[in-house]
Amino acid sequence: MKTELSLDVDGEPYHLAVDTRMTLLDLLRERLGKMSPKKGCDHGQCGACTVLINGRRALACLALAVAHDGSEVVTADGLAHDGALHPVAQAFLDHDAFQCGYCTPGQICSAVGMLDEFAQGWPSAATIYPASEPELDHDEVAERMSGNLCRCGAYANIVPAVQDAAGQMAPR
Amino acid sequence: MTALHSRAIGRDLLRRDGRLKVTGTAPYAYEGPLGKPAYCHLIQATIARGRVTGMDTTSAQAIDGVITVLTADNAERLASTEDNELAVLQSDEVAFRGQIIGAVIAETSEVARHAAGTVQVTYAQEPHDVELSVDRADLYKPYKINPAYPTDTADGDVAAAMASAPVTLENTYTTAMYHNNPMEPHTTTALWDGSLTMWDSTQGVHSARSVIARVFGFDHEQVRVVCPYVGGGFGSKGTPHAHVVVAVMAARATPGRAVKLALTRQQMFFLTGYRTPTIQKMQLAADRDGHLAAIALDVVEQTSRIKEFAEQTGMPTRSMYAAPNRRTTHRLAALDVPVPTWMRAPGECPGMFGPEVALDELAEQLGLDPIELRIRNEPSVDPDSGRPWSSRNLIACLREGAERFGWAERDPAPGVRRQGDWLVGTGVAASVYPTYRMAVSTATLRYERSRYVVEIGAADLGTGTWTTLPQIAADALGVDVDDVDARIGDTDYPIASVAGGSSGMSTWGSAIVEAARAFRDKFGTDPADGDEAEGSVSPPTGKYAMHAFGAQFVEARVHADTGEIRVPRLLGVFAAGRIINPRTARSQFIGGMTMGLSMALHEQSVLDPRFGHVVNHDFADYHISVCADVGDVQAHWIDEYDPHVNAMGSKGIGEIGIVGTAAAVVNAVHHATGVRVRDLPVTLDKVLAQLTPN
Ligand code: FES
Ligand code: FES
Repeated sequence: MKTELSLDVDGEPYHLAVDTRMTLLDLLRERLGKMSPKKGCDHGQCGACTVLINGRRALACLALAVAHDGSEVVTADGLAHDGALHPVAQAFLDHDAFQCGYCTPGQICSAVGMLDEFAQGWPSAATIYPASEPELDHDEVAERMSGNLCRCGAYANIVPAVQDAAGQMAPR
Repeated sequence: MTALHSRAIGRDLLRRDGRLKVTGTAPYAYEGPLGKPAYCHLIQATIARGRVTGMDTTSAQAIDGVITVLTADNAERLASTEDNELAVLQSDEVAFRGQIIGAVIAETSEVARHAAGTVQVTYAQEPHDVELSVDRADLYKPYKINPAYPTDTADGDVAAAMASAPVTLENTYTTAMYHNNPMEPHTTTALWDGSLTMWDSTQGVHSARSVIARVFGFDHEQVRVVCPYVGGGFGSKGTPHAHVVVAVMAARATPGRAVKLALTRQQMFFLTGYRTPTIQKMQLAADRDGHLAAIALDVVEQTSRIKEFAEQTGMPTRSMYAAPNRRTTHRLAALDVPVPTWMRAPGECPGMFGPEVALDELAEQLGLDPIELRIRNEPSVDPDSGRPWSSRNLIACLREGAERFGWAERDPAPGVRRQGDWLVGTGVAASVYPTYRMAVSTATLRYERSRYVVEIGAADLGTGTWTTLPQIAADALGVDVDDVDARIGDTDYPIASVAGGSSGMSTWGSAIVEAARAFRDKFGTDPADGDEAEGSVSPPTGKYAMHAFGAQFVEARVHADTGEIRVPRLLGVFAAGRIINPRTARSQFIGGMTMGLSMALHEQSVLDPRFGHVVNHDFADYHISVCADVGDVQAHWIDEYDPHVNAMGSKGIGEIGIVGTAAAVVNAVHHATGVRVRDLPVTLDKVLAQLTPN
């Protein structure tokens, strides 16, 4: 069975008919050739497929494409602007916060979404109450980034990369 | 060997492929633009032993979008079925649960997967046997251990030394079954149009080509394998597994149209290899000063009934410490289980668990510092081969690590430091990894549009090859690294060995140095466009025992009431020759240590004896360390240049980071709690069971 839908991906509009069983991840990768989000498990267990849907981080493998008609999807590729890397991507590069790179686009989208959640005052399991002025310390970042597995074990570089990017994006 | 003058080598350079990777645009094996590919989904056996008596594919064939269904009845006959793992769809026999018994090729991935689920299979099931134990009657002695070492070694008389030494230790340690689980699932895209092109996620395009050519009876020239980027491998992508054969069969069933076959994460637990569980009986005998009189390790492990893989778990014990009486043995059980394979530091990784925990226990018995015990047993030559070391700086690693970690203030008493609800302890273990140089690899160097171009069919698994090969070429040519390009990951480039055994840089780098020499000899320093020379690696002389060494230090905190284990600090110091690129090297070391932490605390494939499958076959249940499990991880190295290993003076670093880490964690948990866990992983139930409430 097919259903029609419209979608904006990395700033480009698409209108297409999709198999109702198709996930957003497969739509991006197999129909649109947008390979930036990766498939690591297809079960919502690894975070490699993380994209931003209407500004929020989401697992594209757990999203049915037809449920996102009219959505705006941004992948790690779409975060770059006018040839300049997004500050989070740049920080990943500067901190060598990856090896094989397969988890990386998901990590970066996740970090972008997470920094926004943090800025809006969303707590995490690592937040100590009362959190009058929560700090983006190691434990906060590590907790909030724990939905993104990295088998290459780059966590010790990922946390400082995210902190660094946060500092640059919102200079205090 | 003339040493290279290093200008580019040793520089902290950004990864050349970094920009592609942070945008997600580096094309992995599934991701090439290919017009309208077909999709292939596997059908797997749901019994662990027996025969397939029937496969009804009628309803699958009837589904709109199904192109064809492959089974043993209609699949092509392979030219070589010598390797049982790869003899897929050649008979009705089932040798392990999850084995491939068919495949659906369809217009979309959804249709392929759905159709695969509709195929009705009947079996003649036979009783299976998947349980490894130390007292099985059918344990056998393999002819050799991976890749070609003697199965057993013996010097002197261990039994006599055990009987007469004042201090002895005899314990059994076990490591679990582990799955490599690279983040990028194993994937092959294959296109047949009279010749074969494979975009395969592999650690070696050339070795993949020769295996596939042999299995199908193709000429090498008929096969091209492409893989510029690999989403991790850790050994499981070191050699083609059965699904690669199916992808090629599928491509040949749809000539002119590419077929994509991506394993699911769950399928990887059956089809892409794993590290065998090991049972390690360890014996140590020592005088009261801690000088070893005997060291022995008897290992029991598993392989599959259809193909032998004998993990060389006893290898590090052969070389690590001095002792006049020594023994190592390996015995295998051939079970109805999937085929084991290489996983990061096969042999050394599990094989340094038992011994390095045993040494910690012996140090405690002797009332000696565990670092001092290791120093007292430093061998002057390799005890195994009798050859001199090309360089051995284990003691320097231990001392520098102790200094950086703050070991000096350590109170050796276990279970006496409590901070709030947490028991705190520290532990150390040593690491070793052989420095291999493979026998075959060739590089081409060409002067092209005012740039130097290196071509070699090498791989970058995240190891930094794209960046480090130009560094080596630049120094070998005496030019700026920015004037050098590398091209790798394609059989159209000269033959390169597989990225395994931490041998990549040593092997490919040596070929590049030879190519650069040949280039300068032929064309001098003012080459013309298109000038080209080739160079090949030469085998090691065999005069020296060549190994990298290291030491890992761990701080563990164990919750007094729940037994929860946290590792806030992990520090490694390595002696691994000259470091080509400190940035990518640090990532390899911390990545290895992080995987070692994961092995120590989280990972374990649980095989269900009733059904013969790994029950926790996904990332929800097979836990690997996540960001919040990892604290401060530091990697350091000592300034070592080894003139004997290769022209760069460098040793491989991809594996040594994992080697001693699990033992160091266990030793730290013991120091924190007084509880000695000898079976990995160290989970809270094992600690809690012995933790005395206070
Ligand atoms: S692929 Fe979506 S979470 Fe793993
Ligand atoms: S960089 Fe390889 S999995 Fe994270």
